[in-house]
Amino acid sequence: MEQRSATTEATIRALAEANAGRPGALLPILHAIQGELGYVPESAVPIVANVLNLSRAEVHGVVTFYHFFRTRPPGQHTLYLCRAEACQSMGARDLERHVKEKLNVDFHETTADGRFSLEPVYCLGNCACSPAVMIDEDVHGRVTPERLDALLGQG
Amino acid sequence: MASKHKIFVPSDTTARSVGADRVAAAIGEEATLRGAEVEIVRNGSRGLYWLEPLVEVEVEVDGRRLAYGPIGAGDVPGLFDAGFLTGGAHPRALGETESIPYLAKQDRLTFARVGLIDPLSIEDYRAHGGFRGLDNAVKLDGAEIVNIVTESGLRGRGGAAFPTGIKWNTVLNAPGEQKYVVCNADEGDSGTFADRMIMESDPYTLIEGMTIAGLAVGATLGYVYIRAEYPQAIRTMREAIERAEAAGYLGTDVQGSGRAFHLEVREAAGAYICGEETSLLESLEGKRGVVRYRPPLPAIKGLFGKPTIVNNVISLATVPIILDKGAQFYKDFGVGRSRGTLTVQLAGNVKQGGLVEIAFGHTLRELLEDFGGGTATGRPIRAVQAGGPLGAYIHPSKFDTPLDYEAFAAFGAMIGHGGLVVFDDTVDMGAQARFAMEFCAVESCGKCTPCRIGSVRGVEVIDRILDGVNEAANLKLLRELCDTMVVGSLCALGGMAPYPVLSILDHFPEDLRARDPERRAMGEVA
Repeated sequence: MEQRSATTEATIRALAEANAGRPGALLPILHAIQGELGYVPESAVPIVANVLNLSRAEVHGVVTFYHFFRTRPPGQHTLYLCRAEACQSMGARDLERHVKEKLNVDFHETTADGRFSLEPVYCLGNCACSPAVMIDEDVHGRVTPERLDALLGQG
Repeated sequence: MASKHKIFVPSDTTARSVGADRVAAAIGEEATLRGAEVEIVRNGSRGLYWLEPLVEVEVEVDGRRLAYGPIGAGDVPGLFDAGFLTGGAHPRALGETESIPYLAKQDRLTFARVGLIDPLSIEDYRAHGGFRGLDNAVKLDGAEIVNIVTESGLRGRGGAAFPTGIKWNTVLNAPGEQKYVVCNADEGDSGTFADRMIMESDPYTLIEGMTIAGLAVGATLGYVYIRAEYPQAIRTMREAIERAEAAGYLGTDVQGSGRAFHLEVREAAGAYICGEETSLLESLEGKRGVVRYRPPLPAIKGLFGKPTIVNNVISLATVPIILDKGAQFYKDFGVGRSRGTLTVQLAGNVKQGGLVEIAFGHTLRELLEDFGGGTATGRPIRAVQAGGPLGAYIHPSKFDTPLDYEAFAAFGAMIGHGGLVVFDDTVDMGAQARFAMEFCAVESCGKCTPCRIGSVRGVEVIDRILDGVNEAANLKLLRELCDTMVVGSLCALGGMAPYPVLSILDHFPEDLRARDPERRAMGEVA
């Protein structure tokens, strides 16, 4: 366990150092960490702060400002459900109720079996084929509760 | 032996979201099975989204394309049976793509190549008129380029509609060794997807537009700030930039001009506020996306404190055709002070959703009825939200308003980024009003009080009204709260989030009141 956290910290430091020379490096670094680990662990904050010569508060402030960064490990897949107006006009509110019931989670939570994390999203740019969801990086349009069940079954 | 048949299956996110990848795979398999020689090109989408997945076949003799759609993977064997490779009749046959009225009636200038070409092929891009604007720009000095853009009448298509040439001129004349061009591709408004389409379907247009902007003001570095919700656009833009560099369209010596322009994609992180230009700049600098005070304008003190052009994707992607065909050509489209074309996005509960690029001046009704064909559910349209989550809900009595920035502003609405979200008569406008405030509360950057606290209070007051608690007093309070947010907020998020609420108070008041009639009666007494 200790060894694993040491490896994680080494990974974080390497990613931070690799990007540190870029102007405005903090977001690219956080993206790189989340891309590699699936989330930005709390232990990343002091390391990144050290590499960029920022205070921990500044790094923490940035991590927590942006909805996209998460500080806990996600499920195997992330289901992003669009809550915005175009999807609302085509039944997104019903779809939201359905998926929360089906997965037995609220937004920002992960299913008990660890398969899905549920996140709200405000627009996927798929507004002519609403309602839309994104599973990991794949967008699905014209989603009905039945179609969503089928998608979750495959995931 | 027949020669190779060229088939087009879109690779755009929306087309893929309704099964285009499966259709492309099925066509490949079926062709192999039948021994047919096919070349499958993954083009961008034409934007006729209700017909996606839209499969096109090229007619050998003249290169025209015939369309079939919408096609599911299960339809593919039937298409082969019908002889679609040579334009055979099929129930889903739509005839020549360019003759489909939805497309034929448009004025595709910015979107001239979208859906037509292989997005990443530089040869395709050039063959369809690409880089001609840049070819002209490298022969001009900065002021000459700026003059052409000013003369064209182009206004910022992100929503604020500020004249692009005037912004560029400010950057041109601002002193500074280092200047930047920043493309705002944080397309967060619900009902909009035009930026995504450009980036996924014709990325070199944006690269060309940004390069011209760089040459115009003497900027050597550009950033494309793309929202994290658009993974495919991010991938496509990164690949396109790499290829453009390799081909000499970007780099230290742009097309032999002796001038440098470099471009980099930066991924956003899911904050709506970063579509506001000063928040976006903060984010690019690696900070929280908190709004800056203005002045100074970003044109004078922008990214890292340097003079910076910040323009929306569509504004920048429109620059190449202006430099290619001239300011007058572009200006000849449109009405009043709204020159050129608007990329309307028909979204939500609409039968024929998609992208309609059309000269300013057509009425909202033409868009909703002639193009959109009414609602997807077949019920009457009750409201249309224009301009994203901060835009007014428009009542059908206003549907004869022409698409024109000033005509919309005259009744408190806005065109914004051109998104039209359609709602049928089952919509609960009280819930929509509540959502407007809820969204503002979720997305507020927190810097100014009217937005940060006002939006939370807005949700609470609307809940009380709907619950029948002191309805009359709370309706009055809601208006006062909206007024405070409009006049007191630092940026457009808090300053405009009340607009949808006010439009509902004004035009759909029957939905923003106590839901229980008995409590409503009591409320009126109180």
